[in-house]
Amino acid sequence: MAIKINPEKCTLCSICVNTCPFGALELKEDKIVVNDRCTLCGACQEACPSEAITLEETQKTAVSSEHKGVWVFAEQRDGKVKSVSLELLAKARELAAGLKTEVCAVCFGHGVQDLQQLITHGADKVFLVDSPDLSSNPEDYLTAQLSNLIQQYKPEIVLAGATALGRSFIPRVAAKVSCGLTADCTGLEIDIEKRQLLQTRPTFGGNIMATIICPSSRPQMATVRPRTFKKNAPDGGRQGQIIKLDFNKEGITAHSQLLKFVEDVSEKVKLDEADVIVAGGRGVGKTENFQLIAELAAALGAALGSSRPPVDEGWLPYSHQVGQTGKTVAPKLYIACGISGAVQHLAGMQTADTIVAINSDPSAPIFDIATYGLVGDLFKIVPLLTQQLKRE
Amino acid sequence: MNIVVCLKQVPGTTEVKINPETNTLIRQGIKNIINPFDSYALEEGVRLKEKFGGKVTAISMGPAQAVDMLKETISLGADEAVLLSDRAFAGADTWATAYTLAGAVRKMGQIDLIICGRQSTDGDTAQVGPEMAEMLGAAFTAYVCQIEEISAGQMRVKRMMDEGYEIIQSTLPAVITVTKEINIPRLPSLRGVMKSKSAKIPIWTLQDMGLDPKKVGLNGSFTRVVKIFTPQHDKKAEMIHGEPEIQVTCLLGKLREGGLA
Ligand SMILES: Cc1cc2nc3c(=O)[nH]c(=O)nc-3n(C[C@H](O)[C@H](O)[C@H](O)COP(=O)(O)OP(=O)(O)OC[C@H]3O[C@@H](n4cnc5c(N)ncnc54)[C@H](O)[C@@H]3O)c2cc1C
Ligand SMILES: Nc1ncnc2c1ncn2[C@@H]1O[C@H](COP(=O)(O)O)[C@@H](O)[C@H]1O
Repeated sequence: MAIKINPEKCTLCSICVNTCPFGALELKEDKIVVNDRCTLCGACQEACPSEAITLEETQKTAVSSEHKGVWVFAEQRDGKVKSVSLELLAKARELAAGLKTEVCAVCFGHGVQDLQQLITHGADKVFLVDSPDLSSNPEDYLTAQLSNLIQQYKPEIVLAGATALGRSFIPRVAAKVSCGLTADCTGLEIDIEKRQLLQTRPTFGGNIMATIICPSSRPQMATVRPRTFKKNAPDGGRQGQIIKLDFNKEGITAHSQLLKFVEDVSEKVKLDEADVIVAGGRGVGKTENFQLIAELAAALGAALGSSRPPVDEGWLPYSHQVGQTGKTVAPKLYIACGISGAVQHLAGMQTADTIVAINSDPSAPIFDIATYGLVGDLFKIVPLLTQQLKRE
Repeated sequence: MNIVVCLKQVPGTTEVKINPETNTLIRQGIKNIINPFDSYALEEGVRLKEKFGGKVTAISMGPAQAVDMLKETISLGADEAVLLSDRAFAGADTWATAYTLAGAVRKMGQIDLIICGRQSTDGDTAQVGPEMAEMLGAAFTAYVCQIEEISAGQMRVKRMMDEGYEIIQSTLPAVITVTKEINIPRLPSLRGVMKSKSAKIPIWTLQDMGLDPKKVGLNGSFTRVVKIFTPQHDKKAEMIHGEPEIQVTCLLGKLREGGLA
């Protein structure tokens, strides 16, 4: 595939140069040249008012029709299936309905509880590999095991949570099975005719959205941040099969070994599972002031969140950070105190049902996405809120 | 210790904005910088070399202009730097990038440790490191925030996971990706700046590395970007005015109506 610019039609207006998100087009004397940064996204073609730009397709590699089924990697920790896996099962059902195929959950662990919930949340089949060797999610084993299953059963789509674990080992699986992988998707749709997964994700720190496809490789693989999709209510009537597979560690090199895990205990209520989150930003000013935010959180039974500066300053541990490089949350209520609303922060919380913004600057961008805006001093408003809540 | 650090040149701001009238990107005044996370990777490489001896080589795959960034890495303590650049590398996704970087590492012979940033600020995928590790058959650990020990072909690191941290022991050669908690990068030294001025940055092409032309650049990429657009925010907040007491009472009223408080 290549970009062709027709010199006869091109008026050198340079709209394409400014449109290109990658800076791949340059105006050089009397023509537009395409440099190495081009990813053939086609943004220039759409923008060109003179229809001077065409994208020339080279022949397409045919995609094998052997590949069938939508898979979800069902991540567990301490024998409990993570919520994100159930969310993905709901999405997988939707995709599988379009493709007229089945949904499979793949679960690796030891003594994982309530596997039936994978079925009630949408799986037709559960591939279970149960072994004490898998209980703490050793990534060398997970990589080898998932790659083997993909090569053996040939799914059409594989989805996994963009958790710390998923983002760490799923790329290794993609490398091993030679497949495209799209990170941190926020939207997944199917082009039914071409059986293509349209994967939408934020890039450039959330400033721009890109839709990505894997035209020639199968499976089509994607990671999705927790809380991006909603899980279905469990349907007790759903029928499904649990298929137990053996774990054979011979032939797998274990390069790494977990020596110790230390849980972050400063998090009283888990951020990514919380219904209500109270978050503070740079406006809170210093460590001691976070007490005010924590008191409001306690009064609401909420989890404590943060933008990046308080974490960078060491006021709070990293596990509280919400945003592009922190956690994605989707609570019913998010109260942002002293947070300006930078895109990187919004990327982690904008799907909250109700957002309350408390900020002294009426032009703060957080008010563009908030449900209720309070312009004022958080040091006055937050304690009053806590008091009133406690009074009841 | 032979260390390779992978660095990417990225647009110098994440405040890439779109002109709402023309729906085009505003590029003016944006210059290219070292991907912020990769500065921590470089610093860690240099610190390890200072402790254990050996050599730090900075590599980047990108257009010719990335030479400037690589010269900068010399001023920050890298011993050598190599640019992987070829028309054929254009349009690479993470798989093709990892394949090309892995090719460069192989060409260098015995490498003990490859350090990447946690993620790039433009592509933002955090996939290149783990993909490269798998292609090289090396150990891989993500989100390293502290290297506790390296000895006898093994390393012990602390890394940040969702629920807390883990101590991981792994064999060398290894690929790690690092978070910003790992160190505070130094500023360039005067000697370093002098050295970087005269530094020659070799450029390795497809042929130099003996790579398969079908596996690099756009040809080697399994993913294709088909559409690019700006996220839309159409909500506008309902503003609650008045003295703090009134604001609070009014807000609580609204939240209660919605069953939220
Ligand atoms: C690659 C990259 C990744 C990033 N990832 C993240 C991420 O994951 N999460 C994240 O949050 N950020 C992230 N950022 C940083 C982001 O760009 C912003 O810098 C950050 O979100 C700003 O945090 P803030 O709103 O707390 O601070 P500021 O932007 O400084 O805003 C502070 C706000 O507090 C208000 N204020 C001050 N005093 C008071 C008062 N007394 N009462 C009421 N309001 C007051 C001010 O009006 C201001 O709006 C990232 C940046 C980069 C480059
Ligand atoms: N073109 C490149 N050249 C060198 N290193 C890269 C390149 N792209 C990515 N990397 C490395 O891989 C890490 C993750 O990048 P990404 O997968 O784009 O988020 C970066 O922090 C770099 O260390």
